[in-house]
Amino acid sequence: MQAFTKITALAALLDRVDVDTDAIIPKQFLKKIERTGFGVHLFHDWRYLDDDGTQPNPDFILNASRYQGAQILVTRDNFGCGSSREHAPWALLEYGFQAIVAPSFADIFYNNCFKNGILPVKLEIDQVQMLFEEIESNEGCQLTVDLEQQQVTTPQGNNFTFAVDAFARDRLLKGLDDIGWTLQFEKNIVQFENQYQNTAPWMTIQ
Amino acid sequence: MGKTMFEKIWDAHVVHEQDGNTILYIDRHLVHEVTSPQAFEGLRIAGRPLRQPKATYAVPDHNVPTIDQDKPIRDPISAKQIETLRNNCKDFGVTLFDLGDIRQGIVHVVAPEQGLTLPGATIVCGDSHTSTHGAFGALAFGIGTSEVEHVLATQTLQQQKAKSMLVQVNGSLSDQITPKDIILAIIGKIGTSGGAGYVIEYAGEAIREMSIEGRMTLCNMTIEAGARAGLVAPDEKTFAYLRDRPYAPKEDLFEKAIEAWKLLTSDPNAKFDAVVELETEDILPQVTWGTNPGMVTDINGKIPDPEQITNPKERKATEVALEYMGLTPNTPIQEIKIDRVFIGSCTNSRIEDLRAAAAVAKGHQVSATVNAIVVPGSGQVRQQAEKEGLDAIFKEAGFEWREPGCSMCLAMNDDKLKPGERCASTSNRNFEGRQGKGGRTHLVSPAMAVAAAITGHFTDVRSFGKS
Repeated sequence: MQAFTKITALAALLDRVDVDTDAIIPKQFLKKIERTGFGVHLFHDWRYLDDDGTQPNPDFILNASRYQGAQILVTRDNFGCGSSREHAPWALLEYGFQAIVAPSFADIFYNNCFKNGILPVKLEIDQVQMLFEEIESNEGCQLTVDLEQQQVTTPQGNNFTFAVDAFARDRLLKGLDDIGWTLQFEKNIVQFENQYQNTAPWMTIQ
Repeated sequence: MGKTMFEKIWDAHVVHEQDGNTILYIDRHLVHEVTSPQAFEGLRIAGRPLRQPKATYAVPDHNVPTIDQDKPIRDPISAKQIETLRNNCKDFGVTLFDLGDIRQGIVHVVAPEQGLTLPGATIVCGDSHTSTHGAFGALAFGIGTSEVEHVLATQTLQQQKAKSMLVQVNGSLSDQITPKDIILAIIGKIGTSGGAGYVIEYAGEAIREMSIEGRMTLCNMTIEAGARAGLVAPDEKTFAYLRDRPYAPKEDLFEKAIEAWKLLTSDPNAKFDAVVELETEDILPQVTWGTNPGMVTDINGKIPDPEQITNPKERKATEVALEYMGLTPNTPIQEIKIDRVFIGSCTNSRIEDLRAAAAVAKGHQVSATVNAIVVPGSGQVRQQAEKEGLDAIFKEAGFEWREPGCSMCLAMNDDKLKPGERCASTSNRNFEGRQGKGGRTHLVSPAMAVAAAITGHFTDVRSFGKS
């Protein structure tokens, strides 16, 4: 997994609450058996006028010229709700988003981001509103998202600190593989399984 | 201090704790074709084995056609995904309930039917509606594909402990207020992120009265309130349901398990981080009007008027939803006409759902302007329904009787809405485009879906057929 430490990059706004993973990557693109090829379909039904994705919808905000090349997405409450599909963070990352800033995220999506090198940043609702206002009124506005310092800073000097689980932070900073970490404790797993045979023998299917 | 059921199950599965991160043991891993191929591929690349094949069960459901399942799948990409699942199961020694097997169906219908879902178990699947299995007092939740790979490789997950919420549903269940109406009313009350960060335990008279199938409907849609999982304490109904199921423990071991399962109930002095109460007498048949399950009212309600909403964000969200849904403010719900009806999904495709639907359908005809399909949740549900003659009732009433799968809940197969079509659906999500690009979904109970199919518009099932 790619590590995330700090980025300074163009930020785009998506002014909607409850953006679900069906909207982020619609179901017709979930049939692939690879992890790649989803970025082109990100927000497909909003982003394109046609089913084949050849005609960009000029009314969709991420198609605006000012947001081309954005790597930070600033959005509203409960981003990523609904389906557990990890195709959603795959699509966001492949499109170019490395950090997503919102007042709240849906639980499974939030976890999925950390597994893919995307930093989901939770800020207070009024702080997100301030980001909206600053980005809206300043074309080309670049934010700095710093995981080490746990801060989001803006060109106008706003500086917001965010909370993140220390363990998840450490993993993302180093780009570490979760499975490798867990397997360090394989003997604990074996021990648990042996003991479990006595405490809950009905749970094991022979 | 006493423990909640959630804490008891959690504590019994802790393998290791470090820095607020817990390695939690997973008892059952359910796998389907859409969220697993990249996980199996990850194992192959890293040269890692599947740790516990006997804890891992797979079934194709999201992508499968609901017509002619005995013939080759026409969509080559769907066919490849299902073939990939077959190959992965073969290579890694996973039990597969394949197409053509009577046990095949929607993963959250199949696992309980097979006795794979047990009280006190930890159950995961790369699917958010894994919360369904909480109906048995199992800690069950959806995970992403990276976590699927993690479970395949380690039989554990790295987790942070959620908070506990108690949702107390007081009052008796009446004949025509279904578990679907109760869960929609709960989501309407707490909102689509009201459960974020919590595991919800459901308790109260109405929950005790509820069948196991009803509890599954309730726990299934817990994710739509943003909660990690739903739980119902196991009781005699749970034990009776599980007895003699193929993968459930047998004989003495089953009796021993029951003694342990009885102790899972939250202690009387257990402390919940939040408590929500509802009265069944306040709940009428529910109909969603918007583009998330929290946008819901009852059959006597009207489409909300954004001009009457003072909170600007809520007003804007309502305006956006009404525009997508093609609805005018203040329209009575009962005046909304529909084009399609879908009875199915992991929320409402079990035998009890089909019985409730057939009871309303019997002797009536689907409106000439409506296309209606019934998709049973599994081969076994289909077989049972046919044994009871439910298929004949549906077919005589003008419903199409299909083969099992997720179908039009997420429209990955050919069952989908056309742009602008309006559907009364027993599924769980009314998101934009969920049932097909431009499609408009209204979530209802099976009985309400049938009443709408027959009259062509939303109708109060409590008075349906009585006039």
